[in-house]
Amino acid sequence: MNNNDEIMIRAEALTKKYGEFTAVDGINFSVKKGESFGLLGPNGAGKSTTMRMIAAVSKRSGGELTILGKDPDRDGPDIRAHLGVVPQTDNLDTEIKVKDNLYVYGRYFGLPGKFLREKSRDLLEFAQLTEKADAKVDTLSGGMKRRLTIARALINEPDILLLDEPTTGLDPQARHILWDRLFRLKEEGVTQVITTHYMDEAEQLCDRLIVIDQGKIMAEGSPAELIQRYSSREVAELRFGSDRNATAADKLADLGDRMEILPDRILIYADNGEAVLEAVASRGFKPLTSLVRRSSLEDVFLRLTGRSLVE
Amino acid sequence: MSEAKRNIPPRYRGPFSHIFSGRAHTVVLRSLYALKTSAWYIVLSGFFEPLFYLLAFGLGVGKLIDGVTGPAGQPIAYAAFIAPALLATSAMNGAFYDSTWNVYFKMRFARLYEGMLATSLGPMDVALGEIVYALLRGLVYSTGFLIVMYAMGLVLSPWGFLAVPAALVIAFGFSACGMAVTSYLKNFQEMDWLNFVMLPMFLFSATLYPITVYPPAIQLLVKALPLWHGVELIRHLTIGPPGMAVLGHLAYYAVMIAVGLTFTTRRLTKLFMS
Amino acid sequence: MSSSSLEKKALSGAAVHFGERRSSKAGMFGAWYAAEHRLLTMRAFVSTIVATSIFNPLMYLFALGVGIGSYVDRGAGGALFGVSYLTFVGPALLASASINAVFEETSYPVMGGFKWTREFYAMHAAPLRPDQIASGVLIAAIIRSVFTVLVFWIMLRLFGTLPSPRAILVLPAAVLCGLGIGSVMAALAASLKDDDGWFAMINRMVIAPMFLFSGTFYPLEQMPVWIRWIGWMSPLWHAADFGRWAGFDHTVEPWLVIVHAAYLIALAGFGWFLAARQFARRLEE
Repeated sequence: MNNNDEIMIRAEALTKKYGEFTAVDGINFSVKKGESFGLLGPNGAGKSTTMRMIAAVSKRSGGELTILGKDPDRDGPDIRAHLGVVPQTDNLDTEIKVKDNLYVYGRYFGLPGKFLREKSRDLLEFAQLTEKADAKVDTLSGGMKRRLTIARALINEPDILLLDEPTTGLDPQARHILWDRLFRLKEEGVTQVITTHYMDEAEQLCDRLIVIDQGKIMAEGSPAELIQRYSSREVAELRFGSDRNATAADKLADLGDRMEILPDRILIYADNGEAVLEAVASRGFKPLTSLVRRSSLEDVFLRLTGRSLVE
Repeated sequence: MSEAKRNIPPRYRGPFSHIFSGRAHTVVLRSLYALKTSAWYIVLSGFFEPLFYLLAFGLGVGKLIDGVTGPAGQPIAYAAFIAPALLATSAMNGAFYDSTWNVYFKMRFARLYEGMLATSLGPMDVALGEIVYALLRGLVYSTGFLIVMYAMGLVLSPWGFLAVPAALVIAFGFSACGMAVTSYLKNFQEMDWLNFVMLPMFLFSATLYPITVYPPAIQLLVKALPLWHGVELIRHLTIGPPGMAVLGHLAYYAVMIAVGLTFTTRRLTKLFMS
Repeated sequence: MSSSSLEKKALSGAAVHFGERRSSKAGMFGAWYAAEHRLLTMRAFVSTIVATSIFNPLMYLFALGVGIGSYVDRGAGGALFGVSYLTFVGPALLASASINAVFEETSYPVMGGFKWTREFYAMHAAPLRPDQIASGVLIAAIIRSVFTVLVFWIMLRLFGTLPSPRAILVLPAAVLCGLGIGSVMAALAASLKDDDGWFAMINRMVIAPMFLFSGTFYPLEQMPVWIRWIGWMSPLWHAADFGRWAGFDHTVEPWLVIVHAAYLIALAGFGWFLAARQFARRLEE
């Protein structure tokens, strides 16, 4: 199993500047073979910029970046030959058929036609699109387009699959189908790098992740480790109505380990959420709604940045 | 080692290998697949436009005009005078439309190039592939038009068949420059300004009437226009006689092609790879 | 004032407008609201629209008047109908400019309004009726056409090619001509789910032949009979012939003048009806 310690991507003090603006500010990370590695952060945190540098289509402004043992500045085309890229916005070719999207894309890698015809059939099967093989791309649903984009990214049997916001804009069912497909790829040992601003997605898909905000890494670890390190076991969520949240919060500040006051609700972090609710009731407060849930990466993010993830 | 990796052929390693992988033909292939999905009558319609102009001006306006002369001062029919110009213009328009509007759409809306450049293709593969496809189309259309010219007796010189390669040279020049210009444009409004170059280019490049209409100073200005060189190039070939001037016109296009390609690949590299 | 009371105030303010008054206003002026929206969109292109309106006529007038004209006027064409070649082509070019202006507003933008921006669905979700939305598009296109045609007309007057006192009639004929083509185009664009090269084909197979074979550059009678029918069908020929009658007293039989006017009005009316129907079909499907 020593094969699994092979480093696929290594970034050291990786920086990207657009004029005066620093999109990625000296980040360090490495991704091992077979790992699902997540980049988590709000819109504009620098996730997609990092992703474009890993995809060897955007030059870094500083630091070191090694992908598959090569420098993207020098060996861009060689590196890209072994990557599969799923961009944030689908860029499927709407002028050609579904199956031709796979075939033609494979030709860009110089793969032979016979191999591609077989491979496209397998990938359409994998993406559950066999019946749509001869359809026009425009007739596919959002989830189907996304699956086709992923199938297309797999045509060259890539060493690393890059997924930029893979499920943004999809309905819950489509998301779950997609997660299932990505999990299968993980089982087959495909290294994945995933950006997302969805906590549940990161928890589902990532072995390890970095939380990025304003171009910097805020934390690193597995989802469970991060929750343990930066949050309590449970959270009590209370709503008193927009006008009264702040006054209620003043009087409840001593409950739990920590409190966050959001515009629409109060979050109280504690090991035992039910006990917090009882304490609130015993002080004569009647929230409009209340619930107890387990801590999630959302809470980690809130703690680290003082901001909620989806703004 | 997996099957695909065994199958990935060694990459081109010559000059420009950082922006060129030697697979421009796969970009042409993609266009042929796209062509497969378009309706044949729409593709065919592209052939008729210059023909309509030839009929309308050749037959209609031709009856109102006399005293037009060929490159060597020989009197010729008006239709024989404008036919080579229409061939050159249609080569220009086809190539320029393809390399501006179509490329702009693929670049900014369909995000097609983004997908291509995520593979081992480089920007030069993309640019060359698009241009070669535009030339293939130009080859079909200009051959069709030349056949009509032969049928109507408008090819007066034995060198007339060379008008097809000449039309391709014209198309190459305008494709290369069109793509270069397009890569700098940011929105459709800017795109509209291209018409302010193309319309006068068509009207004033001695296409529909001889350049001698203009005073000498304006004549010099017209002679700087690329379409004028294209029109004269084809006129020398279909009307005759083809003299040294042909080489001069070809040289003009060689420069256009070189400049256009340089700026296009430089710009595409900056847009997609930086 | 706290933010929530501000919000309440804003909400109650809107409520006043969202009464019956608002929807009955939409019933009366809906088409104008839609037209206003289109004009605001057009504003992004105003510089090219204005420049095209001034630049294109000048280019054509110089090329045809000075270029071809200098040959025609001393050649076999003589002076066509006793006027210069420039005078002869003027009214036809003017009507053709109107067609181009309207076509630009009713082809891609109409398909795009359904497919890309989906703005027509947004209007329909507000209290606008499909026919009002179609009318709005056409009204905005007319406004653009009027501007284009007016600029062209003034230039022709300055060149002295519209000497007749009734030359003002050239204007409505040209606008109607553009509207006739444009409204049919809007109906077609509203039924297209995909471009697939249709607009390019219509340009090549309908607009271009119409431009070339409608007696624009030479008298229609000069063409063989089997081509002349294109002119008879084409609003451009009707507008051009009418324009020649109105602009420089070119002899046209009185009944034909009436036919020209009637044809232009009828086509515009028919196109408008067709556009409204197709908008309704597409929006309510």
